[in-house]
Order: sequence, then structure tokens, then C-alpha cells
Amino acid sequence: MKVLVCVKQTFDTEAKIELKDGKIADAGINLIINPYDEVAVEGGIQLKEKKIVDEVVVLSAGSDKAMDAIRTALAMGADRGILLKQDTAADEYARAVALAAAIKEENPDIILAGHVAADDGSSQVPTRIAEILGIPHINVITNVEIADGKATCTCEADGGTLVAEVALPAVISSQVSWNEPRYPSMKGIMQAKKKPVATKDAAAVDNKVTIIEYAMPPAKQAGVKIEDDPDVCAAKLADWMLNTVKIEVK
Amino acid sequence: MPGTWIIVEQRDGNVRKVTFEMLSEAKKYGEEVSAVVFGKNVEGLAPEFAKYGADKVYVVEGDLFAEYNTGAYVAQLAAMIAEYQPNAVLFAHTFNGRDFASRLAQKLEAGLATDAIAAEITAGKGVFTRAIYAGKALAKVEVTTSPILATIRAGVMEVAEAAGAGAVVKPAIAATDADVYQSIKSFVPTVSARPDLTEAEVVVSGGRGCKGPDGIKLVEQLADMLGAAVGGSRASIDSGWLGHELQVGQTGKVVNPNLYIAAGISGAIQHLAGMSSSKFIAAINTDPEAPIFNVSDFGVVSDLFKVIPALCTELKK
Repeated sequence: MKVLVCVKQTFDTEAKIELKDGKIADAGINLIINPYDEVAVEGGIQLKEKKIVDEVVVLSAGSDKAMDAIRTALAMGADRGILLKQDTAADEYARAVALAAAIKEENPDIILAGHVAADDGSSQVPTRIAEILGIPHINVITNVEIADGKATCTCEADGGTLVAEVALPAVISSQVSWNEPRYPSMKGIMQAKKKPVATKDAAAVDNKVTIIEYAMPPAKQAGVKIEDDPDVCAAKLADWMLNTVKIEVK
Repeated sequence: MPGTWIIVEQRDGNVRKVTFEMLSEAKKYGEEVSAVVFGKNVEGLAPEFAKYGADKVYVVEGDLFAEYNTGAYVAQLAAMIAEYQPNAVLFAHTFNGRDFASRLAQKLEAGLATDAIAAEITAGKGVFTRAIYAGKALAKVEVTTSPILATIRAGVMEVAEAAGAGAVVKPAIAATDADVYQSIKSFVPTVSARPDLTEAEVVVSGGRGCKGPDGIKLVEQLADMLGAAVGGSRASIDSGWLGHELQVGQTGKVVNPNLYIAAGISGAIQHLAGMSSSKFIAAINTDPEAPIFNVSDFGVVSDLFKVIPALCTELKK
């Protein structure tokens, strides 16, 4: 069996976001694998270590810079990569169409991806890919068991934990609590340089969502800050909670 | 023309508040507002939606819809959209809502704005404000396909009662067993007397400064006095003091309660992204330089192990 992992290159979650000429400024920002996708890469590698799959392929759509994300995944233990060159302004629809076309050529049994990206926060692309390919999907998994051509997934659901089963091939999206991604070893980093990465151009597709403008959220102003005896602090805080916030005590 | 459809979020007849928030919002557009409810024996919920302005309630009932499953729900809603042609369809930005909306949008080859925090919808035009980078920036986007599709974040829109006719419509059932591709084996509800983190009026969160389960107990004690949800920063999640589903921040939940109390949380940028839009913020931290104080309306530089018990005593008075 073959697993294909979709990874998106995103800003480091520690990055401070600023606007420049009406756009999100990217100068000097450290780029990483989207943390949710990194968990999917780790999940794919673990499936190979358990001998459930034979090959782990990493696919990323984006600019040339996304090669770094692919190399990181290869250093973690993925076998080969595909860089799909695409305008980073592509919306969720356009990205899903491009990724699905590349996935179709690979014909994997399991397609993994993070359930959301830490930059645009859309949580659409994995589900859209499954619809394009006409295969099942299951989102926000915290565990998966593969057996008899099926994936049995434990998922974080609204108000509880869900266990659901889908037939393979399927798209499975990960929650960050699924596993703890490994750091690439020095040996892994050296090996990654020799692993094959194919580069392709994504098919041009029109966006369905247009970005009108970016803005910064209203800055939150610091209010009062008190330093005093704990009992005095507690009394003042209680007064503020009851009279300014007007909370109700149960 | 059938204006805005609101996809109801419910489990076992308990409707999530975000549904009423979306109905109240849609009422402002001046066009027809409809609730669309999927489930088993859910027709009885119709008056609840009428109370918040639903002119019509589309009731999709049957064993096939008893629990959310993407395949059957998407097949059914796609058929209804083709038949009734609503201007806009709004979902809650829950796990189910985003799953449902994403697969539907692709089936219709349509655009979708997920996790919207503001909406301006007129005939044929939908403009949404989305929080990106977990709230560090905002993007205003237009969905250029029809119907206009979006998922709406809980807690960002005001609930207002408004009488609607609530006329029940029973659309033809188009989905069949063959549309189902996810087999649900079990659903175990989270056993908690506390409200859902993303819908709570008050959230009390604990971080590294809690030092362990004893500190978290204090956070929980305060939360229970306030009927609040409990959350945590990444430090307390990674230390195993709280479950991952309670993480507030960029790789966890984004919350916007009326009051957010940060206990022993320094305020790393990833955490601030998840809670800065709260209406009021209070922070308790021993470090006067902690970044959390930059976003706090009321900061207390002190030991949470002393302040929280004293605060509970004060609040009991």
C-alpha cells in the first residue's frame, strides 16, 4: 500500500503578522510545515514502520520555497516528494483541484493531510480533494487503525469522540493530538538530499473566492495592572468581575 | 426568492446556540430566512427556530439522517439547493459544519468562506470577514459562486428574538443508503458539566504557572463557580494536565467569551491568537513583564495559588 501526505508550507506559528502594501508581509519569516500536516507526515511514516504501507510520498503545492517543506518531510522519513508549482494566491478550490490531479496520477491507498492549516485556517482542502476523487474522507482524527482495506478512525468531534470506519482509498485528516512528530535526524537530513523530488506545474484553475482586503484586528489596549497582597488583589479582581464585567456567580 | 438558509447544529434535539446567532444575523438581510434541520424526530424543534425569525423550517427526517454523516447530508442538501435555489447557505463552523460545507462546496464546484466572523449578504453577493493566522490578521473575502456558502464562528453574532412563521416544509428525500461512506461505530460524549469551550460566556484557562494538577484544580474550582469552561495554554496540554481538546491558541481552539481569565499563562503569541478577541480579559501571573498583561483589561501580578482561593471566597460573599 502507498500513503500520500499533503503538506502545506506555512509561517512559523510564532511569527508576528504585519501588513505591507495591503498584503501579509513575508519578509524574514521562518517557514515551516503546517503543524497539522507535520502530524500527518509522522502518521504516514509510522504506518510504514508498522509495515502497513510500503511507501510514503509527500506532495506540496506552492512556490519553489515549498521544496524546503518537502525536504523536511523526507528528512523525517518520507520516501519521495512531488512539488506542484502553484500561485500561492490559489484559493481552497483551486488548490484542491491541483492536488487531486496530482494524487490521481499517484493512485495512493491512503491520503493524509492536516485537518486545517495554521495560516488561512480554512479546513476545506482535504475534504474537497476527496469529493473530486469520489472517495470517502474522515476528518480530525486522533488515531487510525488500517486493516482489511478499511481505516477505522478515532476523531475529535463536536462534544465528544467519534469512531468511524471508511473503505480505502480515503482521505484522512489529522488533529495535532494524533502523534508527536519526530525531529529529523542528521542522518535523515543527509539522506533527504538524495531522495527524489519531482516538480510539476499545477493546472491553472480560477478561484471561487476573491480576497478583497487584509486588515489587522483592532489592537487590544492593556488595562489596569495591580501588584499587591493576594487578598487585596483578589478583592479588587472580584469587584471588577462583578461590577464591570457583570458576571454571575453560580 | 428563498433568501438565507441556516443549517441547524443539533444533537439529540439540543440545538447549539450558534444556530440562533446565525438566524438572528440572517434576519438583518431583510430576505426570507429558513432553518434547515437534519435528524430523526426533529420536526418538534421548528418553534425554536421560529422564535429567532425563521420564516420556514425545512425538516429533513429519517433514520438515514439520525446522526451526521457527510455522504447522505451532502446528497440531500445538494438536491434541495437545486430545487429551491437559496441565495446563501450558512453553516456553523463546528467540526461537522466545516466537513459538511466543504464537501458540499466541492460537489457544487463553489467557493466557501470558512470560519467567518462577520458577513454582509445581499442578493447574489456574499462578503465575509475571516480571521487568518488564528486571528493575528483579518481577510475580507467575496464568495463569487452561487449559492453563497460560509461557515460562521460561534459567539460572534448577537442573538435577537424575532417572530417568524416557522412554516414546516418537508422536502423530497433525495439521499439514499448508497450515499453513506462513513460507518459510525461509536460516539462517546465528553462527560463534563461545563459548557463547550467555544460557546462559553466565561473561560478560565491555566498555563505553566499552574505547575501541575493542583493548580489546574484551582482553575477548575473558579470555573465551576462562574459556570465557565476550562481551557489551557500549550504548556498545560503538553504536560498532560488537560486534554488537547481544551487547548486555546493557534493549534487549538479560538475562543471569544465575554470574560477570559488567564491563570499562570505568560501569553505566547500563539496563545494570544486564540483568545485576544475576548470581550474582557483578566490575567493572574507572578511575572509583571508577562506579555499576557499587554492584552489584559485587569492584570494581577501575584501568585495564582493564593489569589484564586481568595477570589473564590470574595465571589461567594
